[in-house]
Amino acid sequence: MSNATSHNETVHRVSFLDKDSVSVPILKILQADGTVYENAVLPTIDQELATKIHDTCVFTRVLDERMLGAQRQGRISFYMTCTGEEASIIGSVASLDSEDVILAQYREHAAIRYRGFSTEQFMNQLFSNEKDLGKGRQMPIHYGSAELNYQTISSPLATQIPQATGVGYSLKMQDKRNVAVCYFGEGAASEGDFHAGLNMAAVLKSPTIFFCRNNGYAISTPTSEQFMGNGIASRGPGYGIHTIRVDGNDMLAVLAATQQARAHAIHNKEPVLIEAMTYRLGAHSSSDDPSGYRSKEEEAKWQTHDPVKRFKLWMINKGWLTEKQDADLYEKYRKEVLAELKLAEKRPMSKLDTIVEDVYDAPTPRLEQQLKSLKKHLNKYPDSYPNSVGRV
Amino acid sequence: MAKINMLQAINDALSLAFETDDKAILFGEDVGHFGGVFRATSGLQEKYGKERCFNTPLTEQGIAGFANGLASNGMTAIAEIQFADYIFPAIDQIVNESAKFRYRSGNEFNVGGITYRTPYGGGIAGGHYHSQSPEAYFTQTAGLKVVVPRNAYQAKGLLLASIRDKNPVVFFEPKRLYRANIGEVPDGDYEIELGKAEVVREGNDITLLAWGAQMEIIEEAADMAAKQGISCEVIDLRTLAPWDIETVAASVKKTGRLLINHEAPLTGGFAGEIAATIQEECFLYLESPISRVCGLDTPYPLIHEKEYMPDALKTFESIKATVKF
Repeated sequence: MSNATSHNETVHRVSFLDKDSVSVPILKILQADGTVYENAVLPTIDQELATKIHDTCVFTRVLDERMLGAQRQGRISFYMTCTGEEASIIGSVASLDSEDVILAQYREHAAIRYRGFSTEQFMNQLFSNEKDLGKGRQMPIHYGSAELNYQTISSPLATQIPQATGVGYSLKMQDKRNVAVCYFGEGAASEGDFHAGLNMAAVLKSPTIFFCRNNGYAISTPTSEQFMGNGIASRGPGYGIHTIRVDGNDMLAVLAATQQARAHAIHNKEPVLIEAMTYRLGAHSSSDDPSGYRSKEEEAKWQTHDPVKRFKLWMINKGWLTEKQDADLYEKYRKEVLAELKLAEKRPMSKLDTIVEDVYDAPTPRLEQQLKSLKKHLNKYPDSYPNSVGRV
Repeated sequence: MAKINMLQAINDALSLAFETDDKAILFGEDVGHFGGVFRATSGLQEKYGKERCFNTPLTEQGIAGFANGLASNGMTAIAEIQFADYIFPAIDQIVNESAKFRYRSGNEFNVGGITYRTPYGGGIAGGHYHSQSPEAYFTQTAGLKVVVPRNAYQAKGLLLASIRDKNPVVFFEPKRLYRANIGEVPDGDYEIELGKAEVVREGNDITLLAWGAQMEIIEEAADMAAKQGISCEVIDLRTLAPWDIETVAASVKKTGRLLINHEAPLTGGFAGEIAATIQEECFLYLESPISRVCGLDTPYPLIHEKEYMPDALKTFESIKATVKF
């Protein structure tokens, strides 16, 4: 027998595996005060990398604060923040090669930012204007860019998990020394697609990093009503997948775990599972109000584990950053976001013709005919369709 | 009798289902303590307990499979799928299991106790995945009933009838009317019979047929047409499977014309089935081709939502063209 069952012992009286017997260590490197634990083994990181990580943290904080505000003012229809989860997202993406393909869930905009998505591109997507790469077809926060190897977000949960397995396998077939990276939440891990994706990745030896952001909640549902086992990590060995659990609010721990996960996945041509323990400090989305399902005390406790602050303190301790530089960066991005926001909201939306584009590689005769009669109708009643006035 | 919105009417119906049926169990994502993302199940867990009203893990496939198991063993399963756009992971359990449980076992077993409630439809800036109207995937599946209410009063009566019906029902709730639709709803228990359409306005020149949120659209179009001297008969189909051919055919025999409106894309939409049946039933009475005013054959777009929708103006134009034919 070649599989893992070969090293199991035989017994002659009933003996159950204890459901609580699986213990999963958690990797922590950075303490709340910005110092590292004694004997901690640090990831590979220099000032340049640390500065880029810090820059992405600050941008993400500013973007989330400003755009949630813009949603509240009615300037955009919808928003989602990733506040509290920046270390999980940025620490992992910073461990990747830019050719590694990312399949995210929806709360990982810090990752596409790290890859180079510009402030203007963010605003164009959020305002659904004609310069949005997705042509304004999806709700705000559904970013994507082929150039940045970041597949476009799809709202249904967990569909990206088996897809990542396929992407990882294709990278292997193409002889690339790259991995697929799949982000998902602990709630999405309850979907059937999670099982399908992980099992197939293990069996087919797909070099894929499955990165679970265990942030405590799936909308209102706490982890205590989501699963009974020891988190998501305990499932990894069941699938035959190398697994690690990290403190998701610890930038250095996430970085260390993902750097080694990537090396393992490429060297062994097989998947790795990472579970990052974190907390969704904000609401699920701008349509949600967490006061209906969790306490202010709980939120306040997690505020003290702020991942961005922790990493900033570490950088200051290293002499790589000053409080003034940090404050100036916030100021710079506040100005930049506001300036780009004002430009983006004035740009028109895509022309009507785009409504039938990309359904197939080319519009079918049936779609052409539907577009033609739609245009005829809109031209008859231009005042009733203000968005497409003069653009039909 | 009180004036309440559709969410309150649904909540009321669910409450009555718990009160009148001790086998009733309600479950889905976030439906417990929080009361659902639209708050349709607010307060139910508090009133009826965590064993009867609870959050499930995040798995639609699991929710539907669990419902099949409950109902196959005599329980009344009321399952919520958070958005109709997210019903697809459950389609194997619904189409291959719920729909065929009775038939495949020779009626040894059935899951008639299931009702799948799910919010559907556009008009809320929901883009591709919070706007779809997937009813036609289910109307083609023998063994399922498909029900869509148009207002608060209808929602309560139709939901109670669906929960008590002896067949699995997919109950699509028009989410853009959840809070927008407010009407007189009786406090007590009542049911509206499944499989029966309702003539909501009588007329002579053309029959307008829709369901759910599109009912207010065709009524608005009927008002516009009335100003031009065109008299429209307006019908709410209410149950799509099995549908009330008799009521629709009788109306078309009177008016000689039919227009069907639905939000879902035109091709493969349920209007096609209705049109085919009505031309068989009423061929010699028809004075013009049956008109379909539907969504485009594209995914549901965010920015061009208004242009995509089969709105009152498009319906009005089509009424005029059909009458003039």
